[in-house]
Amino acid sequence: MSSLPRPFKKLLFGFAFSPTLEDNLHEATRLAYYFNATLILLHVGEKTKEKTNSLQKLLAKIEFSDVPITIRWEQGKPEHVILQNCSNLEVDLLILGAIQHENLYQFYVGTLARKLTRKVGCSVLLLIKPSVVRVRCQHIVVNGLDAPETPVAITDAFYMAYALGAQQITIVEEIRPEEVQVTVEDDQSLKKATRMKAELKSREDLRVSQILGEIPAILRTGVRVKMQSIFGKRGYSIGHYAEVVRADLLVMNAPHEPTIWDRIFPHDIEYILSDLPTDLLIVRKQF
Amino acid sequence: MKNLPKNIFSGFVVSLIALPLGLGLALASEAPPISGVIAAIAGGVMVAILGGSNVTIAGPGNGLVIVLLGAITTLGAGDFYQGYLYTLAAIILSGVLLLLLGFLKMGQLADFFPATAIQGMLAAIGLGILAKQFHVMIGNNDAGGSIMELLLKIPEGLWALFNEPNPESLFAAGIGFMSLIILMFYARVRNTIVQSVPAPMWILILTIALSYGYTAVQVAYPLGDLFLISLPDNIIDSWAMPDFGAWQKEEFLLAVIAITLIASIESLLSIKAIDKLDPLSRRSNVNKDLKALGLATIFSGILGGLNVVTVIARSSVNVNNGATNRSSNFFHALFLVLFILLFQAQLKRIPLAALAAILVYTGYKLATPDLFRRIAQVGKEQLVIFLATLLTTLLTNLITGIAFGILITFMIHIIINRNLGLFLNHLSKPNILVYQEADTGNYYVSIKHFCSFLNFYKLKNKLDAIPEHEEVVLDFSMCRFVDHTAMEGLEHYTGAFQKKGGHVEIIGLDIHEADSVHPFAIRKILPLAALKPIEKYFTKRQQGLETVALDYHWEYLPEHNEDIDYLQDFVFFRSKEISYSYNHLVGEAKHCKVLDIEFAEGKLIAKEVVKTSAMYLELEQELPVFTLDKEGLLQWLYGLAGFADIEISNHPDFNRRFYLLGENSEAIKALFADELVLFLESHPYYHIESNGKGLLIMKKDRILGVQEIKRMIYFGLQLRQFLFASEGDGIPKNT
Repeated sequence: MSSLPRPFKKLLFGFAFSPTLEDNLHEATRLAYYFNATLILLHVGEKTKEKTNSLQKLLAKIEFSDVPITIRWEQGKPEHVILQNCSNLEVDLLILGAIQHENLYQFYVGTLARKLTRKVGCSVLLLIKPSVVRVRCQHIVVNGLDAPETPVAITDAFYMAYALGAQQITIVEEIRPEEVQVTVEDDQSLKKATRMKAELKSREDLRVSQILGEIPAILRTGVRVKMQSIFGKRGYSIGHYAEVVRADLLVMNAPHEPTIWDRIFPHDIEYILSDLPTDLLIVRKQF
Repeated sequence: MKNLPKNIFSGFVVSLIALPLGLGLALASEAPPISGVIAAIAGGVMVAILGGSNVTIAGPGNGLVIVLLGAITTLGAGDFYQGYLYTLAAIILSGVLLLLLGFLKMGQLADFFPATAIQGMLAAIGLGILAKQFHVMIGNNDAGGSIMELLLKIPEGLWALFNEPNPESLFAAGIGFMSLIILMFYARVRNTIVQSVPAPMWILILTIALSYGYTAVQVAYPLGDLFLISLPDNIIDSWAMPDFGAWQKEEFLLAVIAITLIASIESLLSIKAIDKLDPLSRRSNVNKDLKALGLATIFSGILGGLNVVTVIARSSVNVNNGATNRSSNFFHALFLVLFILLFQAQLKRIPLAALAAILVYTGYKLATPDLFRRIAQVGKEQLVIFLATLLTTLLTNLITGIAFGILITFMIHIIINRNLGLFLNHLSKPNILVYQEADTGNYYVSIKHFCSFLNFYKLKNKLDAIPEHEEVVLDFSMCRFVDHTAMEGLEHYTGAFQKKGGHVEIIGLDIHEADSVHPFAIRKILPLAALKPIEKYFTKRQQGLETVALDYHWEYLPEHNEDIDYLQDFVFFRSKEISYSYNHLVGEAKHCKVLDIEFAEGKLIAKEVVKTSAMYLELEQELPVFTLDKEGLLQWLYGLAGFADIEISNHPDFNRRFYLLGENSEAIKALFADELVLFLESHPYYHIESNGKGLLIMKKDRILGVQEIKRMIYFGLQLRQFLFASEGDGIPKNT
């Protein structure tokens, strides 16, 4: 029997005293419980009596009291402090609360969560709908891009399904329309393009099934796996798909370091971040 | 090859219209009459050889008259012939631009213009043609001024005609009015001999015959050369050389842009419209056609002809006369050459007033009162857009007019939605998702945010890439606003798919608010409180449901209904909050119901609103409570207390494919005997639930299209019959 991988042993939740703090704390501890992991709560700001009190009050309400929790108070620029802690403490997963629909202004300036998403060295989980009461995770959508990080993302998706008890994983192969090297102009080119798409689809399906073969059997049991190929803009169509099928979690490869160019002409993950359809796990490869 | 005679014939019939129209359109542009025929010949030859469409006809277009007239008048500064030579240069350059557009695959250009604004512009062109030619028709060849001035001068002109009679003008006006009457009543004459020649050609034949009649009885023909068309005696000698001398003038560049813009819009719209008429349902390659039109325009310009566009009226005559391929376009050009060569003397006897009458009629058809009424029916806001574009075009010029039309359409969209951000934030985002549903092979298309003329091309690109024999479901439930241009464009696809055995179904629009009953009216999503009038503004899906109800002798109740207690005790809805149901099909003394249900999953922030279609069957006898599910719909049920997964013995395949759940496993096992298992295995998959008193049947967790609803009803009725038909003693079969 293959051994159970545990990608997320140390979680870090960077928090601020916002109205959603209670919900977020519940979610973070719940995740730590399911992952059998330790949880670090990090607040960037002054440690005051009131803050400590209100945090303790909130923590007292948490249902999973046996989760090992460390609380850290540090001063500095939030972005910088969180990044430092993630690398110094060898955190596996950074958990952040996110805003579901960013407006245009935020999209170009970037919120803290978005900045961290790009710079941090570990995987990031963005929560858009934290809840005090557990909302069961049913359906996970994961990307099946042809990229070196994809097998890790898919394995992590299976791990999430295993840990959270989700019953369905859909692997979405986003095929860029440019790969269909035919412009549909008339009946002949349409036929050609349709044939080409079928070929691309079976090629992608084959590639993804090979990745699936590598997934430890223990993670695969009890999960229905579906493959869906979509011809569309990378990063965008998977988000739209997750919204259409009402997935609970979307798992994506981490983006490469973006330039200002990417902000002006958004691509891949930028679309999802600007219009988060579900909770989002961004997987960064670490070995 | 075996279609050649047919194509020769239709080419001949088209040439009978193309000749008078070519002469007339050129005259209306203040260009030598022959230039219109040259354009038709160049278009016919080049587009037939190189084009990408099948049954279209190319030639001088009526949309161009106003632009060309403007160019000739302003560039020539009073000297029409010099203006014509400058304009020829502009035509050649616009041909180069068209060629370029073709190579850049800009065949979508026409999609960026709001449909109503284009109609407003075309109506303005129609009025422009009518305004000028009406004066020529009543024998006044010298009327000049802007379109508005010319329109206002019409009563004055009629007054002058009868109060200061001039024999030549009166005779010309007589011919003009007679010609107009022929055009108006031609369609009503049910005589095969009359109908075998198109009306414009009758006018030519009759007026030429009239002048020969005068010669025969040796009476001087009352019309002088000024009232007849002038054709060059020798085409080679009188070849007009394009003059590029005005190239650095601003007016020249504007003329090039205007000609290119209008030529491409008119061509693209015509190609799209003619594809609908193609008896073989082929799809035109618009980019290839643009290239061919560009080349034809360059050649036409060099030879002294007007620019070449795809023309709708002549093309539809072509289709109606049995054309099957591009050769008819070529033959139409060939016959035109023959006419010019053989009947030169006769053609010179055509009175200007007769051609003017043909143009007045053409112009009128672009701006009929009926058109205004039809647009008003789509919605008040469309009438505003239409009139604004029309008036701006009449008062300024075509480019300003269409630009203003686009602007006002956009402003109206912002006002209707009271939201600018909706458009600005989402304009650059890809908003269309297309994928093939794994279980049915249907194409599912989801549209987000908004769908209007600004981004309809994105949807169009996706739809173009779907073979027309497939089933397509277009889901607008995540789309907050759909405009008239998009609705009309989608209608085109519905037709195209239907012709080739496919099907396009639009869902998710039933809860959008419309301002009128017109099927292409703007639709905007509306809050629950305002949902009352849904029965007033049926979508196509709702009309489809109404028909289904009629077929089954059921009742169709579109109103929303909050009395949904009977659904609440199904396991499926246990953790959900049903808001209301709507679009009910109710039959068999209310024992059968098909309905759309809106419900919410989760609470507060985690709340998600979902819409689904379901069938409800009230049972006469009790059944054990069970849930039969494959995947997707009911995954979260496994955790529910008291529900065990029930394995049916001897049916491993069934057990693998379906999840059967329930409390009373003995009774359920008894119910799911061999035959029922076989029935379920051999039918398409449905989610089936029993709460003891009723059955709930569902297909997908989205609204179903009309076809899908029909299949579900069929399945549901069969299932019920299967369960209860056997002995009629109230005991479910095989227990």
